[in-house]
Amino acid sequence: MEITYWNKKIETIDRDALRKVQLEKLKKTIDSALKTRFYKSRLKKAGIRSGKDIKSLSDLEGIPFTTKDDLRECYTDGLLSVKLDDVIRLHTSSGTTGIPTVIYHTRHDLDKWTELVARSIIATGAGKKDIFQNMMTYGLFTGGLGLHYGAEKVGMTVIPVGGGNTKRQMQLMKDFKTTVVHITPSYMLHIYSKLEEYGFSLSDFNLKKAYMGAEPYSENTRRKIEKLFNIEAYNSYGLSEMNGPGVAFECVYKTGMHAWEDAYILEIVEPKSGKALEEEKEGEIVFTTLDRKATPLLRYRTRDLAFVYKGLCKCKRTHRRLSRITGRTDDMLIVNGVNVFPSQIEEVIMRIPEVGNNYQVHLEKEGALDKLTVKVEIYSKMFKGDLKELDVLKEKIKTELKASIIINPVMELHEPGSLPVFEGKAKRVVDLRTKI
Amino acid sequence: MKLTQISVFLENRKGRLCDVGSLLGNHGINIRALTIAESPEFGILRMVVDKPKDAVDILKRKGFIAKLTDIVAVEVDDRPGGLAQVLQVLYDNSINVEYMYGFVEKFSDRALLVFRFDSPDKAIAVLKKNKINIVGTKALEKI
Repeated sequence: MEITYWNKKIETIDRDALRKVQLEKLKKTIDSALKTRFYKSRLKKAGIRSGKDIKSLSDLEGIPFTTKDDLRECYTDGLLSVKLDDVIRLHTSSGTTGIPTVIYHTRHDLDKWTELVARSIIATGAGKKDIFQNMMTYGLFTGGLGLHYGAEKVGMTVIPVGGGNTKRQMQLMKDFKTTVVHITPSYMLHIYSKLEEYGFSLSDFNLKKAYMGAEPYSENTRRKIEKLFNIEAYNSYGLSEMNGPGVAFECVYKTGMHAWEDAYILEIVEPKSGKALEEEKEGEIVFTTLDRKATPLLRYRTRDLAFVYKGLCKCKRTHRRLSRITGRTDDMLIVNGVNVFPSQIEEVIMRIPEVGNNYQVHLEKEGALDKLTVKVEIYSKMFKGDLKELDVLKEKIKTELKASIIINPVMELHEPGSLPVFEGKAKRVVDLRTKI
Repeated sequence: MKLTQISVFLENRKGRLCDVGSLLGNHGINIRALTIAESPEFGILRMVVDKPKDAVDILKRKGFIAKLTDIVAVEVDDRPGGLAQVLQVLYDNSINVEYMYGFVEKFSDRALLVFRFDSPDKAIAVLKKNKINIVGTKALEKI
């Protein structure tokens, strides 16, 4: 198999040299972190006053973890380490309780992110001759813009269509002979199921590769999609706190995703104790940014569960490989590629006086896609006897939920006392989806 | 001259309508007229009954969401054009009907129409002026 590299030197750097690169960058990262309000006090407590206090990579263990809650508390500028003048973009993502989190980027940060995405694309054997149709949502969600800039950097012909509108996606794939798509696995399956209905057949397309991410899926689903479309599908991993896509990506051998370790220090820890785990042991992924000036993050707990593969990949890249994401340490739901916390739904419902305190979230498959239904009980004092008014109420809740969780839920109004009462929060979610 | 109607919020669940019927029946409440407004997963049952306040209390005690609303009941001749005659008067006077339903009286040649207006007092004045018979609570009890 022909192996291609974007930056062969760094991608195949030997592990000792890589560790030296990491140590040097970590020192600089500590210095930038000390310029933020948040890390200034936190690092001081840990006895770190300068990057020079870090003598070896093992000193990282003395730094406390950073969590999503920390990011929320730092909203908006508690983690900003440069002047706003030097920031050229920011991405916010929904927090767990309605308070968002923000990641700022300087030009340097975006260039580095773009480089990681370019490396990822080249690692799959794609290149400037490819026609790239980006079906991930653009905007604050990092999936769209992240791959977009990397694909342009590589020199691919980019079609920035974004998510949804299946018929138009197919038309573009046909008209421009798209060779590579960036997509969620459930949307890929949805497209397949709609081919006939929209009057297309696979012979209309010239598809060769799919980059699939934003939601967990099994090896079986990958094989199924590869077989259905007669393509190669590559697993992609990223999270907005670590820029977005391009954190870890599969190469042509498709055995785990190479995590770009010159840009991130990767740790796998036991979720409860926070103790480091060895290779092939499943635990929580923890990342430290090494190439981000505006929002450096130290030992960020991703809440994603995975393990690191043992041994060197046949592609000769020395950056270690992450397994598929096997689960979460919290109750986050992934609905058609969008992250949703039950607490976000609760927060919206509690704001609406017409509905009671009891609610339930149902998740099921409708074809290949996820359907999210929110059931609420109406509050008897608010009932005026009008159907129109109930429809208005339904629309109001829907609009507010959409604003908070980005996706459009199906709303159901119920009589008080008709929904089961649960003690624990997690039980409010009934997930009837079969794993793909 | 306004009458009281009961609106009940009902989930589209098997037996829910039956529950309301038997509950009112067991308490000796007589339903004079009813209609159901429906959406895919819930409906609103609207009823004119002989003892509306009692009925609402009973329903609420059993956990139903029930609400009293003012409506106007009008008597018309039970013949072709009977309804149109009333509606014409309302239209000519720009009275907006939010919803309506009707039923035929027993042992008589009159039909009863139940109206929900956005401005009931104005509607009553217009109907009276046009000599359309409005049914009051006492008359209703006799039906």
